[in-house]
Formats: sequence, structure tokens, C-alpha cells
Amino acid sequence: MGMTQQAAPAVPAPPAPGRKETDGRTRQQPLPLRLLARPEIGVFLGAVAVYIFFLVAAPPVREGSAMANILYQSSTIGIMALPVALLMIGGEFDLSSGVAVVTSALTASMLAYQLTLNVWMGVIVALLVSLAVGFFNGWMVVRTGLPSFLVTLGTFLILQGANLAVTKLVTGNVATDDISSMDGFDQARKVFASSFEVGGVAVKITIVYWLVFAALATWVLLRTKYGNWIFAVGGNKESARAVGVPVTFTKISLFMLVGFGAWFVGMHQLFSFNTVQSGEGVGQELIYISAAVIGGCLLTGGYGSAIGPVFGAFMFGMVQQGIVYANWNPDWFKAFLGVMLLGAVLINLWVQRTATRR
Amino acid sequence: MDSSSRYRSRRMAPLVAVVAAAAMTLAGCSSSSGGKKAEESNAGASAGKATTPRMTVALVTHQSQGDTFWDIVRKGAEAAAAKDNIKLIYSADPNAGNQAGLVQNAIDQKVDGIAITLAKPDALKDVVKKAKNANIPVVGLNSGVSEWQKLGLMEFFGQDETVAGEALGKRLNAAGAKNAICVIQEQGNIGLTQRCDGVDKTFNGKLQTLNVNGTDMPSVKSTITAKLSQDKSIDYVVALGAPFALTAAQAASDSGSKAKVATFDLNKDLTTAIDKGTIQFAVDQQPYLQGYLAVDSLWLYKYNGNYSGGGEQPVLTGPAFVDKSNVDRVAAFAAKGTR
Repeated sequence: MGMTQQAAPAVPAPPAPGRKETDGRTRQQPLPLRLLARPEIGVFLGAVAVYIFFLVAAPPVREGSAMANILYQSSTIGIMALPVALLMIGGEFDLSSGVAVVTSALTASMLAYQLTLNVWMGVIVALLVSLAVGFFNGWMVVRTGLPSFLVTLGTFLILQGANLAVTKLVTGNVATDDISSMDGFDQARKVFASSFEVGGVAVKITIVYWLVFAALATWVLLRTKYGNWIFAVGGNKESARAVGVPVTFTKISLFMLVGFGAWFVGMHQLFSFNTVQSGEGVGQELIYISAAVIGGCLLTGGYGSAIGPVFGAFMFGMVQQGIVYANWNPDWFKAFLGVMLLGAVLINLWVQRTATRR
Repeated sequence: MDSSSRYRSRRMAPLVAVVAAAAMTLAGCSSSSGGKKAEESNAGASAGKATTPRMTVALVTHQSQGDTFWDIVRKGAEAAAAKDNIKLIYSADPNAGNQAGLVQNAIDQKVDGIAITLAKPDALKDVVKKAKNANIPVVGLNSGVSEWQKLGLMEFFGQDETVAGEALGKRLNAAGAKNAICVIQEQGNIGLTQRCDGVDKTFNGKLQTLNVNGTDMPSVKSTITAKLSQDKSIDYVVALGAPFALTAAQAASDSGSKAKVATFDLNKDLTTAIDKGTIQFAVDQQPYLQGYLAVDSLWLYKYNGNYSGGGEQPVLTGPAFVDKSNVDRVAAFAAKGTR
């Protein structure tokens, strides 16, 4: 896969003014081919295909409120898929990201409730805990040189057990207490879980955050030094280190970014549902990773984009809700989902092959 | 990072944490409403304790981790164990093969009695036989109301899921429902499927099932919202667990649907919702009673030779309905997490 690694950071922006083309190697490819070489083009076409398909197959999808609902579902996956994708471009995995979301929500909820604090205190402490979990993952991976698959599998199990055991220990139950009557709750709900009207349709605020984070991540990835570091450590750690990229810092910060994402989604869940079930979140990590992979990030690292996972998450949300809107037999739900996703990945693959064939 | 600063920061960490926690509480960051302080400390009635010699009972269920329902079963079992001077060994695995292994484990420990759930009876047949050969009495609870006798269990405490579903179906008829959905939070779970099938059997209107991803609440909400806008004539949502019922109520109000919500099983927040009227009613199979009776029955058998139902009839713990008319009586117990 080394061949494609250089493709990603190359920005398909309009040709920079004043750039001199000296020989054939730097000659620009024709625009369609250049577009096809982008990591997100496959998933973009896949998402458009799925969207059009359900537009035809499921009449309710044509309504604005249905689209708001689909985008909401996509956004809760998509917000986490972004840092997971960046981490994957940086060459690492995080299997603990699904339960980390619940850990964060549990921390905020139980701390605020048990000590009768303003819920914002819980929110802040939860952020620290989430970042600490991310730091631990990153530090262990960098320090031991073990595959992140193993390290985060460990954290996944630890958090899964701790979520349950600590909740049981603290509250005596397996779910947290309702914090909706506490100080600061309404304010926090406005920040993390409110909705606003657009043309008579209630739109969830997570959709806005999702797109803003995606824009931010794209900018970081393509326009900053840190973005270059991410591609470098994911491509080849040793050569990255040799040219002066701070590998340890980059990797640990990427894991902490996943922690931040887990915190954000965790807060959304807490403030939209008032309580948290300690057993939730298991299996979500695979959905985040899938969204990133469908979005064109390579499992081997060094290649991908931030905008791809946005479409990846959208495809997930679209297929998951589209099946319901189309009123298909629910027993086949998972099978439909699998076929659709596999189809999308195949389109993705075909596009990439076509693009890289000279 | 040099080692001296790392050492210092590690030593500082607990101190910083303590100071921060103290500062938070002192600096006016506390909440003036809700929270632990508002929760009434309602200590349970302390009952007497049996003076019979200590015995050991194993309770082996098919619980999946972190399920509110099973937490209540376990609390009932623990209450009975405490009263009867019983040492309770609790273990659980949703995989039937693993559950059989846990029963074998209990036999190897030479316990005085075993209480098991028969979610997948065939997988437990052999191990139940082994327990009987070892002269260990075995009782059933929760699932397996139609199989416990075939397997040779002594008695059974629970509710037939199908019967509970049928009762709910009748109730929907009485409420005038015409088009309902049954929300399954774990695709392929037998008990959940039986509940929906039971509702379907007695319900005169149209019943559709809807599978949702139970480990991801936002997804549950989106999917129910999607279904309600796909079919706008839906007038009742039947949830199969308290947390999902609460989310269903949110989805209904979000999508502007007129659908009402009913559910199986209770918890603290659900009783509040019934009181407020956001959820119409719940079918309660009294999980606490199942755990309590199963353990207590083994004590009665050992020290007085009693067995409920005479080996012929199961002891039914439900279905009991909780609605606005009787929620007050249940709410206080649900708040403690025992009902």
C-alpha cells in the first residue's frame, strides 16, 4: 500500500498560481483523474448512490424531518468517526472508543449526582477522565511498541467492566440517576443536546458540531504541520522520526483526540437521555472504525481524509434509517446493512483502482 | 520527559485531585436541586434472620452484563439469602454453553441447591441431570415456563413471556389501539420475540416489529423516529424494556407523532414517566420476586421439605400491570431499585 501513501496530502486545490512545471513528473493529471485519486471520492459516490436509492425506494425520506433524523443518527456516529479516522491515518486503532463514550457519560453523571455538584463540574471532570484514558492508550502503545489493537482491546475490556462495576458500587443500580433537575443541566443540554428550527424542521445541534469538527479536521490534516505529522507517523514511523517528526507526541495526542470525541458524544447522550445505562456502547467502536474505513482511510495507516468519514457516517445513518423508512422486513435489517456497506466499499475500491491506474 | 519531573508529577497527582475536589465542593459549584442530597435515604425494613445452619445456593442466569432487569432479580435473591442465612453464589452468561459450564461449576462446588434460568433448555438438559445425580435440588426461574417439568426441575418461579404479551395485547385493545409497533432491542433474543408474538396473538389491530440497536441510545431514538414518520397511523409503541420505553416516548414527541407508549418491565425513571403520563402503562413480571422466591424455596425444601406448585404447576410472578392508578404504591420501591 506504500504506493498510495503519497497521494493523500496532495491537495487537489486549484493549481497554485505561479507554480512552474519543470518536468513530466510534476505535471498535473487531468481533473477527473485527480478527483478520483482523492480518498473520499469513492465513499462520496457510494453515499450519493445510497441516497438516491432510498429517495426512490422510501418516499418518507423525501421529507425534511426525515433527513434531519438521518443526519442526527449520522452525526452521533460521525463525531466519533473523525478522531478515529485521524488516529487510523496515524497508523493506530482504538477499540475502546465505544465504551469510552459511556465511561465519560457515567463519570459526569455520577460525580454530579453523588456529590450534588453543578453538572458542569461533572462535565469537566469527565473531559479530564476521557483525555486520561486516551493518554493511557497512547502512552502504552508508544512505550511498549505493542500493536494498538492489543492495548486498546485491553482498555476496552477494562472500561466495559469498570463501567458496570463502578456504577453498581456507586449507585447500587446498573444505570445512573436522573440528573435533569440539577443545576446547570438545562444550560449543558443547550450546548450538547439542543435542536433548532430550519424551515419548520427541528435540526439537532450535533449535526452542526459534526460538520464544524469535520471542517476543522480537514484543515488540520491538509494545511498544518501537525497534519503532515499524522500522515508521516502513519506511513512510516521510523522515517518520520528520522526527519524530525515528534512521533510520540503525535500518536499520544491522536489517542487523546479520540478521548475528546468520546467525551463529546458521551455528554450528548447524557444530556439528551438524562440517565446512562452502564452496559451501553459495546460494539460501537466497530461502527466508528467502519465509517472511517468506508470513508477511505486505510487500515494500514498513512492514507485517508477527514471528509471521507463524514460520508461514511452518513452512509451508515442513511442505510440504517432508510431500511426503516422503506418499511422492509426488519428481520433482514442487519443483512441489508451488511450488503449495502459491502457494496459501498466495493465502489470505493473500484474507484481507487481506476484512479491509480496510469 | 525526564524522570525527576515525572516522579514529582506522579506524587503530586493525588494531592491535586483532593484539592480540586475540595475546591469544587467549597467554591459554590454544588447543585441546589436534585442530586444525592435530594434523594431520600429510605432504609429498607430490616427483617429477622433464620437460625438454620448456613447453606450454599448457586443462582445461574443468562443475564447479559449491565441489564437493569437482572440487577433486580439478583437483589431479590440476595435479600432471601440474607434472611435465610444462605451463602449465595451468583454467576451468569448469555451464551447457553457457558451457562451450562457455570452450573457444572456449582455442582463441583457441592452447593446445597441450584436456581437456574432456562432460556435455552436443551443446552442445560445434561447438566441438570448431573445435578440431580449429585442430589442437588434444582429450581427454575424467569425463562422456561413450558420446559421446567420436562427437565425435571423441582419448581418454577416466573412469568410466561407469551402470556405477558397476550395480557398486554388485550390491554392495547381496551385502550383502542389500531396500529402498534413492538420494539426489539436485541435481535434474535427468544424472550423478547415471545413477548411480541404474545402481543400479536391477542391484539386486534396491526402489529409490526422494529429492530433497534440496544447498545446505542441515539440510534434507538432515530430508528423509532424514522418508523413513526414512515407510518403516521401508528398509535402505540410497545417497548420491551424500561430504558427503551423512555427513549420511545422522546422519539414520539420529537416526531410529532400521536403514538402512546407502553412497556414491559419497570425502573425508577419509568415510574416517574407513568406518573407524568408520558408512558401509559408497564407490564411487570416482578423480577425481585423471581430471585427471592427461587432462593427462598431451596431453603424451605432443605429445612421443611416444601415445594411450591407440588412439581405440577409453576408459580407465576406476573403479569402485573402498573399504570397511573397504582404507580404511587410501586414508585417508592422502584426508586430503591428493587421493583
